[in-house]
Amino acid sequence: MKPAPFRYADPGSLDEALEVLAEEGAKVLAGGQSLLPLLSMRLAAPATLVDINRVPGLDSIEVTGDGVTVGALVRHNSLLHDDAAARSQPLLTRATANVAHPAVRNRGTTVGSIAHADPSGEMTAVLALTDGSVTVAGAAGSEVVGWRDLFVGPLETSIAGPAVVTSAFFPALPPRSGTAFQEVARRKGDYAVCGAGVVVTLDAGRRVASVRASYVSVGLTPEVHDLTEAVAGSPVEKADWAAAGALARTLVDPDTDIHASAHYRRLLVGVLTERTLAEAAAEAAARATRE
Amino acid sequence: MTTKLFGEPVRRREDQRLITGKGRYLDDIGPNALAAAFVRSPHAHARIVDIDVDAALEVEGLVAIYTYEDLTGPMAEPLPVLIPHPQMHAPRTGFPLANGEVNHVGEPIVMVVATDRYVAEDACDRILVTYEELPVVVGVDVARAATAAVHEEIPDNVAARHHQETGDVEPALAASPRTLSFTQYIERSACMPMEGKGVHARWDSDDRSLRVYTSTQASTSVRAAIAAKLDLSLDKVEVIAPDVGGGFGVKIVHPWPEELLVPMAAIALGQEVKWAEDRREHFIGSAHERQQRQEITVGYDDDGRITALDVHIWHDNGAYTPYGIIVPIVTATQLVGPYVIPVYRVVVESVFTNTVIVTPYRGAGRPQGCYAMERTMDRIADDLGLDRALVRERNLIQTDQFPYDHHLTFQDGRPVIYDSGDYPGLLDKLRTLVGWSEADRLRAEAATRGKLLGVGMAMYVEGTGPGPYEGGHVQVLGSGKVLVSTGLTSQGQGHETAFAQIVASELGVPIEDVEVTTGDTRRFGYAVGTFASRAAVMSGNAIALAARGVREKALRIAADVLEAAPEDLEIDEGLVQVKGVPGTSIPLRTVAVLSNPLRYAFDEAAKQATQFARAGSDDKPPVAEGDAPGLEHRDYYSPIRSTFASGAHAAIVEIDPATWEIDVVKYAVVHDCGNVVNPMIVEGQVHGGVAQGVGGALYERMAYDADGQLQNASFMDFLMPYASEVPDIDIDHQQTPSPLNPLGIKGAGEAGVIPGTAAIASAIEDAVGRRITSMPISPTELYDLVRNPTAERTAAAERRSENGVLA
Repeated sequence: MKPAPFRYADPGSLDEALEVLAEEGAKVLAGGQSLLPLLSMRLAAPATLVDINRVPGLDSIEVTGDGVTVGALVRHNSLLHDDAAARSQPLLTRATANVAHPAVRNRGTTVGSIAHADPSGEMTAVLALTDGSVTVAGAAGSEVVGWRDLFVGPLETSIAGPAVVTSAFFPALPPRSGTAFQEVARRKGDYAVCGAGVVVTLDAGRRVASVRASYVSVGLTPEVHDLTEAVAGSPVEKADWAAAGALARTLVDPDTDIHASAHYRRLLVGVLTERTLAEAAAEAAARATRE
Repeated sequence: MTTKLFGEPVRRREDQRLITGKGRYLDDIGPNALAAAFVRSPHAHARIVDIDVDAALEVEGLVAIYTYEDLTGPMAEPLPVLIPHPQMHAPRTGFPLANGEVNHVGEPIVMVVATDRYVAEDACDRILVTYEELPVVVGVDVARAATAAVHEEIPDNVAARHHQETGDVEPALAASPRTLSFTQYIERSACMPMEGKGVHARWDSDDRSLRVYTSTQASTSVRAAIAAKLDLSLDKVEVIAPDVGGGFGVKIVHPWPEELLVPMAAIALGQEVKWAEDRREHFIGSAHERQQRQEITVGYDDDGRITALDVHIWHDNGAYTPYGIIVPIVTATQLVGPYVIPVYRVVVESVFTNTVIVTPYRGAGRPQGCYAMERTMDRIADDLGLDRALVRERNLIQTDQFPYDHHLTFQDGRPVIYDSGDYPGLLDKLRTLVGWSEADRLRAEAATRGKLLGVGMAMYVEGTGPGPYEGGHVQVLGSGKVLVSTGLTSQGQGHETAFAQIVASELGVPIEDVEVTTGDTRRFGYAVGTFASRAAVMSGNAIALAARGVREKALRIAADVLEAAPEDLEIDEGLVQVKGVPGTSIPLRTVAVLSNPLRYAFDEAAKQATQFARAGSDDKPPVAEGDAPGLEHRDYYSPIRSTFASGAHAAIVEIDPATWEIDVVKYAVVHDCGNVVNPMIVEGQVHGGVAQGVGGALYERMAYDADGQLQNASFMDFLMPYASEVPDIDIDHQQTPSPLNPLGIKGAGEAGVIPGTAAIASAIEDAVGRRITSMPISPTELYDLVRNPTAERTAAAERRSENGVLA
């Protein structure tokens, strides 16, 4: 369990990083919480590790009226404790709290976990659910890539060539909306057997206008499921969240692994959908009253 | 015994060192040693056609490569069958490096030695082994079907057929008012010590001697094995177990291939060589335990009293049988637990599979036996509509039946005769502790919260402290320091504290003066090892006897000086004094000085023992006939047979009927290990055991696929419980001293893990009303069970639903 030989570079600027990344087999290292175990198991053997931790300007969380921009070096734990980010998009805190354990959250980066594109990751689901995007710096400059274009497959993104994902953008929660995030994991802090994040939006009459959900450890890439039809127009207090859960079960295509059967994951999709929607709806209702 | 520390919850003296990073574990030793790494089989069963090392030769920093072809003499022979047994008709062991065939994923084929572990692994990566794959046998059922053989010459895959019976079971079953038969399974788990195995060897080419550090539970026997396998004289080999980060059984197995190969390389290369096992190696290259298929037929009367018990077990022993059939024997003999079983027959067929070897893991067959017996009790209760505790109570051995002879032969070759116990007392305490009579109220209350609640219990008797012997050495130095050593090893149990308490109490010295060394053959050459909950019983008593020997000698010497009779003297706080005469005393350290008549005064204290300092009789030699210089004594404790500890556990589980998540909300333990040296340490042992019990019941398994690939060989996927998964534990104690040993103690090390699977299975079954026949069980499996229309409902659940109670 020792990595194969690799060259280590710790560039002091983005340009320098991109230069090194142009070499064959170069890979970005940020928090290392997913990459280093892969290296130690020799499941990955990059020729060069490009440690971006010395690159300036990547470690901030910026909150504007539009949403939250999380820099590439922001640790999960910083995001977890950022009140302004939580006010803008409460899913960020709620999901991050489910990311592994404090030791992992202290080093692991939110953007890194998105670039890693693990369908068992919480933040990939949140990026999708909030209709977020990432900013990718490449040789030709920076471009914004929406989540739908980003996730190609498990552990696979559309990012090609020398590039660094410099930030992720999570749009702010719309008015009269509420969110919730829950997981079932075998042990506290484990990758979820199934996780669910939801956003419920009400209309001006406190009726359900939109219900969207995204799941963790269900499917090969993050997906967003529109469950509105199951509860559209219901007064928020009377909405049949179980019906939305039932609908969700028909939309997902989970896999079987050693921890859970596909049947069981589908069951959890229904249960967690129902539970998170009830919670999110209560928040939406409260916010609608305040707003 | 005037300094009363025996029985006190003395804080563990080793903890400060261990928890502040000052422990010295295997990998802390020899930072500049060459590193060994291994090419291990990626196939569960294959012939080795070719090993091509050419590409590895180019790796800079490579020092040596060894394959089977490089092994000579005894090293080229199979590894020893450590514990032969007449009923093991087809034992098999591997070679230190595979000899043409591999029988499980992880079996070592090539050893690479390089300047560091990174380089060694680089070289391993470049070694090309060509295999011819063979049919793979995984799991007891496949082994039993024998459509393929693990070892070609053993077509039925059966290594041993262990058989014991106490009467004629068939007529007894035929005459029983009621019988029931069932089959159940229990899965594999493993010890998973935080520190894996590891070996460091240093050859002194001038002295022609070898020093080996190994993370072992049996340093004296590793020493003997190394000497035998490497053709060295025993006096030229020393083996030391440094701080060991957990063992739980896996490190009692020896010699591991690495324990021989690393010293072999150190001698050949004339350099220090080290191997520290990594976690993946530990998963695929060490040992597992617990998989069994159990077929049980029980006869009983209308009150639930057992009349006969017939058990047929298929036990998965993995690819090889280096540790013999100890686990099958323990299952067979400990299964009967605290119960009167008028006629008992047990057959355990130990079968080969193409998986990691199976050797004792904390409990060592007892959890399986307990699972068989206790689930039988649950079945009887369910059939008769009786309270599960009541059925157990009716079958218990009574307090006036000791010593109780089960007419079985235990793993030490000695009869299973329970020395003492109070099983009705355990059960009473358990019922109170867990609130057994409150179950229906708790169930109803949980139902209002949408939860299914169930309670379960399990009782066990554990044979502990088997022989043949352990020894202890106690020496008082002129400084007053008391050196204590014993040959068995420590893996974090708190021996430094417990043994020091015993010596402080026996000798009458402050515990601060006592220093304990374990597992170092330089200090104590004779030992058996740390397993089977035996350290306190065996070394504890041996050390006590050694301390008593020192005390006797100290009193004899002091009596001379103080001009008093030895029987009028006492030792307290390191001072030998005449009872009732304050001021008439001599420090024990001075006695130690005087015990060694000297010619040379190398320090102030020594001056007192020199030839002109003391008036002595001209008619007597300075060292009396039959005496020896020094205030020290060595003694051994060899028990007539094992002592039997006991206990009872109960679990309350709550299950979410939407997600089928299982939460152990209460866990109660009543524990009896005779006289307790240190109740805090005993409770710690119980806590750790319960954590492993919960792990084995709900989280851990070895997920082998049909090809023999272990799919969860990492701590990401092998679900050892975190603190967050282990329930709070309520403990009550009972003490029935053992009449077999001077201190009246019984072992405590394994107790906590034994009944976990049985008690939790019982609680889950109670909660969901479906028969639980396979453990461990996870939420996804529980979901499969409850939605399976053919899954058996318990009679209790039927009765409950008739009464309109949510099942």
